[in-house]
Amino acid sequence: MALLPAYVAAAFAVIVLLTDLFAGPRAVVVATAGGAVLTAVAAVLVGAGPDRRSFCAGDACSYLATDRSALVAVLFALLALAVLALSAPMLHAGAVPAGEYCFLLACSMTGGVVLGAAGDLITLIVALETLTLPLYLLVGLRRVASPRAVFTGVGAPRYPEPPPEDGDVRLHAEQDVAAEQVRMERTGAESAVTFFVVSVVATSVTLLGAALLYAATGALHLTALAGVLDQGGAAGNLAPLIGAGCALLVGGLAFKVAAVPFHAWAPATYDGAPLPVAAYLSTASKLGGVVALLAVVHDVLPAGETSGVLAVLAVLTMTVGNVVALRQTRTVRLLAWSSVAQAGYILAPLGASAFTSSPRDPLVAATLAYAAFFVLLELAAFAAVVALRPVAADGGELADYRGVARRAPWVGGMLAFALIGLAGLPPALAGLFAKVTVVRALVDGGASWLALIVALNAVIGLAYYVRVVALLYGPPTRDGSAGTGWTHVPWPVGTVLVAATVLAVVLGFAPEPLLRLTAL
Amino acid sequence: MSADLSSALLVAVLALPVLGALAVALLPAARDRQARVLATVIAALTLVVAVPLRWGTAESGWFGDGPPVAGPWALLDLPWVPALDLRFQLGVDSISYPLVVLTSLLTLLCCGYTIWRVPPGGPGRLLSALLLVIEFGILGTFLAFDLVLFFVFFEVVLLPMYAVIAVWGGTHYGPDSAEREPQRAAARKFALYTLFGSVLLLVGVLVLVTAAGTSSMIGFPRLDRGTQVFAFTLLLVAFAVKSPLWPLHTWLPDAHTQAPTVGSVILAGVLLKMGTYGLVRVGLGAAPQGAEVLSGALGVLAVAAILIGSLVCLAQTELKRLIAYSSVGHMGFVLLGIATMTATGIQAALLGNIAHGVITGLLFFLAGAVKDRAHTGSLDELGGLRENAPRLAGLLGFAAIASLGLPGLAGFWGEAFAVVASVQRGGGLWTTLGALAAFGGALTAAYLLRLLRRVTHGPASPAVSLLVPSWSVAGALSAAVTASQPGSGAGSDSGAEKPAVAGLPERLVPGWPTAAELLAWSPLVILALLLGVWPALVLSGTDAPINDLLEMVRP
Repeated sequence: MALLPAYVAAAFAVIVLLTDLFAGPRAVVVATAGGAVLTAVAAVLVGAGPDRRSFCAGDACSYLATDRSALVAVLFALLALAVLALSAPMLHAGAVPAGEYCFLLACSMTGGVVLGAAGDLITLIVALETLTLPLYLLVGLRRVASPRAVFTGVGAPRYPEPPPEDGDVRLHAEQDVAAEQVRMERTGAESAVTFFVVSVVATSVTLLGAALLYAATGALHLTALAGVLDQGGAAGNLAPLIGAGCALLVGGLAFKVAAVPFHAWAPATYDGAPLPVAAYLSTASKLGGVVALLAVVHDVLPAGETSGVLAVLAVLTMTVGNVVALRQTRTVRLLAWSSVAQAGYILAPLGASAFTSSPRDPLVAATLAYAAFFVLLELAAFAAVVALRPVAADGGELADYRGVARRAPWVGGMLAFALIGLAGLPPALAGLFAKVTVVRALVDGGASWLALIVALNAVIGLAYYVRVVALLYGPPTRDGSAGTGWTHVPWPVGTVLVAATVLAVVLGFAPEPLLRLTAL
Repeated sequence: MSADLSSALLVAVLALPVLGALAVALLPAARDRQARVLATVIAALTLVVAVPLRWGTAESGWFGDGPPVAGPWALLDLPWVPALDLRFQLGVDSISYPLVVLTSLLTLLCCGYTIWRVPPGGPGRLLSALLLVIEFGILGTFLAFDLVLFFVFFEVVLLPMYAVIAVWGGTHYGPDSAEREPQRAAARKFALYTLFGSVLLLVGVLVLVTAAGTSSMIGFPRLDRGTQVFAFTLLLVAFAVKSPLWPLHTWLPDAHTQAPTVGSVILAGVLLKMGTYGLVRVGLGAAPQGAEVLSGALGVLAVAAILIGSLVCLAQTELKRLIAYSSVGHMGFVLLGIATMTATGIQAALLGNIAHGVITGLLFFLAGAVKDRAHTGSLDELGGLRENAPRLAGLLGFAAIASLGLPGLAGFWGEAFAVVASVQRGGGLWTTLGALAAFGGALTAAYLLRLLRRVTHGPASPAVSLLVPSWSVAGALSAAVTASQPGSGAGSDSGAEKPAVAGLPERLVPGWPTAAELLAWSPLVILALLLGVWPALVLSGTDAPINDLLEMVRP
């Protein structure tokens, strides 16, 4: 029973794969969406019941179905659903093979669903890998519709269908599509390889850390490990081993959240991936990293062991992310660097726990709350970018967005709203409360200096967010920014965009439910 | 008045502008003029609702355990986000009431002015809507009795003001009218400086809240000295950016110079007051001992601001920039008054706040009117305004003289008594500061008289000679008048806003103020006179809350 959400998710991944054999892409998409919805429902059902545990060895269990795990599972299911909706136009146009795409997405979701319930290091790492492994393929997965594709024989070349009424877009599509496709194919492959190599290294580092911890303590279960470490660790001569194990473990997980100095893969990968995959990377994948880090840092490691490292990581991450984002000219790269910076804010409360003797729960709650606000706003931003771009296009240059909000006031306005939220300013109160939550937790935890650094970073952040927002409302260029097909927003994309924005607005006025939920 | 009614008034004061802004922004482009009229009506209603707050009474029993910082007349207290200790706690007392009324009044005048004249750059209804949103933020800041809520409202103002400067700002005539960058840069500078201040405010406020365990400013507990000094340092920097206090003032001249007339009026008239008000309400109210420790530093910086602002003004060659820098000096007097931490000083600061809002608001309206007509703000190109535009020149003279602190006009009390309070506080430091501030007052007179000499006296410059002095030619020029007053919307800016070509009769501009302008200016003229002869209008009832504040400092 405790495993129900995981079973549902995994079963639907298989069903999706089978559906692809017998039915068209539409059925595949429907099956995937159904799987995500059912997974979310199952997670809610399990979460509503009492805490359950499974695969136990004595007191220690490998699978713990708690309220928190249910929350994480629901979040992953919803994110997968949203990303699927964002991908719908792309799948419809045949830019990526629907069956493989949906299968990989469902697999990744399964990993996320298990992740929240992981009770030992092995389950945790395997779940995290199940979450990220399909992404290596998703990043590079693009059915190539360029002349080269004919020679290499990849798939049936099919052009993305431009919106019918829009002459500009069709013109653009016909003129540039070949060169663009070749470029996108190459960057897609490059991104996938970058991501793959970096991730494999990160995973092996994480595994090495877990192995060292096991060697030093003989425990793998989070609770058992915590018990051993709390008692002052193992015998004295093993202390360095534990220290190295912790550092490696945290360092490996820091790759997943793209924390500086383990961030270099993120901008290239985001920019080369199809937009919905980039959205998934910056929301679900990052959330996975945060959940795993929380499990390790909060549940296992004693406060002094890693927090100093984490505080340094957080400061570096937010500062480097923000400063580099200032100079970006490509939309997705800007979002990627900004999400690196945001990872710094997420890590900051965890880092603060080194400097406080007070209970760490408020800090963890702040981390989760900020992560939830961030994921929501980031999803809205990506949804708006998908809605503004032609089908299956990449994020394009920032200059392509000049004046967009004047011609597409609603979509452009929602993009502006999401960006302002990421900057943490009214009228996007959700972002403001996220900022207040983190700073408050830091001040509360006695790390006012870290709070000051977070606060000052918000100023750097505003510099580039406001640049983009000003661009959105700027005077349109003469050539009519041909790359931006805003006239026609497919309904799944529109639904995600509106839902995310409405949720952000509602949470802006009533953040209490989310703050309570994350304080579990 | 019953507590329910006064609470309802408090809600209405905030709800009207924000709901009105939504309604105004959602009206279609074809109804632009009606939207601007609607905005004006809403601003008027807000003023009508704000004025009776004076007679509100709070129900008994709102006092916390500690002594009240200040007893608000009307209070509203609703939970909002318990997890963040955020309560929707609004109140008004004699410290905030004059500022609330001034904010509503200036917004009304600016919205009314916008009916008549929309600066080019964007649709007028959006400008009106943004003015209402800014009013919402400023009023919320003045009304908030919850520290976190104060911060939230403090932030609300940031982006709308950014948009006002970036979209409607700039000169739109002369060589750089096509180049839209200067006002964007100015707006960005404004946004980044202000956010720098407000994030420090956030940390400072949260330091106070977590140390005190409550975010309500009513009955705020006495914190230990170290926390107070730390928190006050953060708050001081935060409010110094907003006020602005030298050396954090550099955003202000650019923002003022580039902002449209209504933006400058709001910015100088009330936005800056958020800083000085915050310093009194939050700084003195919640960290009084911290304020006591740092008062010397604040005083020195304030006097530096007075002297440097005045000296810079003496060298300015641009009308709006000069007035902007004069704000640095005037706000220096206000901050000096606060720094003395005496009842006289704080009363002088409150009065100086209001007087500066009224007078500088008027000055910016007049500067905007001059620039709209002469198409230049350069003091070198202006001159002889008295010849061709006697009424405008007369009003400018009145405002300048009020600004330099002539006794009998509004500017006098705040500046004179800031100096008096500084001398009263005694000791070598404060006496020196008082003397230097008085010298700064003399410099203020020098640069304002220089301004008058350059602009109103002398022979008419080519730019000014295009202005037509008399009513008699009004009929002949009606076409030019309507062309230069794009009441029909933002689209009509192209023809009238081009640089004037000397000699062409249709380029002539009326030199007298229009009825709409007079309507917008006259309340400010009257207030400048009224406050000069009757300062109790602002100060009545402030004794008790100020004494409460000071008792916290020196028990």
